[in-house]
Amino acid sequence: MRSDRNASAPLGLKVAAGLGLAFLHLPILLIFLYAFTTEEKSYQFPPPGYTLQWFSVAWNRPDVWEAMGLSVRVASISTAVALVLGTLCAAAVSRTKFFGRETISLLVILPIALPGIITGIALRSAFSFVEMPFSFWTIVLGHATFCVVVIYNNAVARFRRISGSLIEASMDLGADSFQTFRYIILPNIGTALLAGGMLAFALSFDEVIVTTFTAGQQSTLPIWMLEELVRPRQRPVTNVVAMIVVLVTFLPILGAYYLTRDGDQVAGGGK
Amino acid sequence: MSTVTDTSILAGRQGPSGRLSDFFWRNPKILLLLMLTPPLLWLGIIYLGSLFALLLQSFFSIDDFSGLINYEFTLATYRQLLIPSNFDIILRTVVMAVLVTLASAVIAFPIAYYAARYAKGKWKVVFYLGVMLPLWSSYLVKIYAWKLILAKEGILTWLFAKLHLLWLLDAWLSLPVVGGSSLSISYTGTFIVFIYVWMPFMILPIQASLERVPGNLIEASADLGGTPAQTFRFVLFPLALPGIIAGSIFTFSLTLGDYIIPQIIGSSRLFIGQAVYAQQGTAGNIPLAAAFSVVPIVIMGLYLWMAKRQGAFDAL
Repeated sequence: MRSDRNASAPLGLKVAAGLGLAFLHLPILLIFLYAFTTEEKSYQFPPPGYTLQWFSVAWNRPDVWEAMGLSVRVASISTAVALVLGTLCAAAVSRTKFFGRETISLLVILPIALPGIITGIALRSAFSFVEMPFSFWTIVLGHATFCVVVIYNNAVARFRRISGSLIEASMDLGADSFQTFRYIILPNIGTALLAGGMLAFALSFDEVIVTTFTAGQQSTLPIWMLEELVRPRQRPVTNVVAMIVVLVTFLPILGAYYLTRDGDQVAGGGK
Repeated sequence: MSTVTDTSILAGRQGPSGRLSDFFWRNPKILLLLMLTPPLLWLGIIYLGSLFALLLQSFFSIDDFSGLINYEFTLATYRQLLIPSNFDIILRTVVMAVLVTLASAVIAFPIAYYAARYAKGKWKVVFYLGVMLPLWSSYLVKIYAWKLILAKEGILTWLFAKLHLLWLLDAWLSLPVVGGSSLSISYTGTFIVFIYVWMPFMILPIQASLERVPGNLIEASADLGGTPAQTFRFVLFPLALPGIIAGSIFTFSLTLGDYIIPQIIGSSRLFIGQAVYAQQGTAGNIPLAAAFSVVPIVIMGLYLWMAKRQGAFDAL
């Protein structure tokens, strides 16, 4: 006799899983509530009243805009660099077998496997060793390094699914390598790269640990947030900025999921 | 005859890009080298170079009088790690990382098991995004949310008051070690926030390993008279173990190196990350900071080596 495959889960499991998911989501929802509170001096719950005024206050804050601008620029450039490096690495690793292939995978993953503070302090001492002053580019150097892995993971998963005979067929029909890349490989890996790029952007946009070591006096949005967390001065503005950050980071994640959902491996499986 | 071979083989491609393509087709090794050079240069010079320079610094020492770095090989800096105040920092961090990892596994398992075995269609997506969104959402915002929750005037105190359980909260806070004057400045608070921030990393590897467990294996265990507890203990848990170990690599490593969470939510006693930060910043003692940062590298090295022996990497 066949047992019922659609048996529903035991109640205890349902409750435990539901509570687990609630534990993950309720704190983030609370951020949305606090963005509207009228309370300025404390984190009082329930909020004594609700207002929209902090949105306009935050909108008129030049320091928030500056930090946001810097974060967007850093994330864009880092993502672009990581796209090139990660795709090259993925193409090399997936197309051919060669000595040291495993080592390269390890090298790509290392910047994210070791604690961020180690990457940060290592970069900082290297910058001071070569007497490189802190600038926009020192932040990018750090961010691009750990963004490579996200692109690499997505691209490798997709390269595995492209059959090598497609490329050979293209070359046999007279296309050169560049035409093959443009018309055969790129359309096949495009969505994976876009998804990886979105996740890399989200990762860089949110990064704070490495950035504190490579930014000097500059302030990205996470660094601005960190200062508010350590020494709260503008609680209502921080509440609003926190809510905006949640919304901004949800978009690339949903986008990346949408782009890779029919794949055998979905983007972002490992951060 | 030579005329046959001349016509039966296609002429080489024309133009510079054509000739280049032919060249790469005949010499795939050179193409491989060209593809690998930029990423390897970047990661090798910028990342490994910096890392190596940092490790080198840990073998130097700082001159107590001038405060300058003394560039002579010595193990004195490592010896400083063993003095009680520094060793306590290491011990505290490792204990916290172990506890966070164990608690994360307990919370993550039901979510992963439900998602792997029972969630179908729409619910599969709900579970997947339900894990991915918190995992990828902003690290600082997540900490900030807990600052709101754990604050003395925050939602948790309000909840305890509504349930007439404030005495329980006060009793917990008056305990030694885990207590404190408020949840947001106690080890309990640090522990909760660590779990919240790193636990999502545990779910996906466990789910991946559970998805490979055939459903009829569980049924067979039940048919043979195993109680649910026995099935879990002797069938499900051993098969999920590689996934749990793979997930624990993340929770353990991330807790080990974090310096922001204990700085914002916790007592003033330091963790390894904070010690590194303080030594390289205000104290200006780069060699000791470097020696401190070698500790998580060594612990993670050992951990990864053990995980590999348990086959955890197949579950990643």
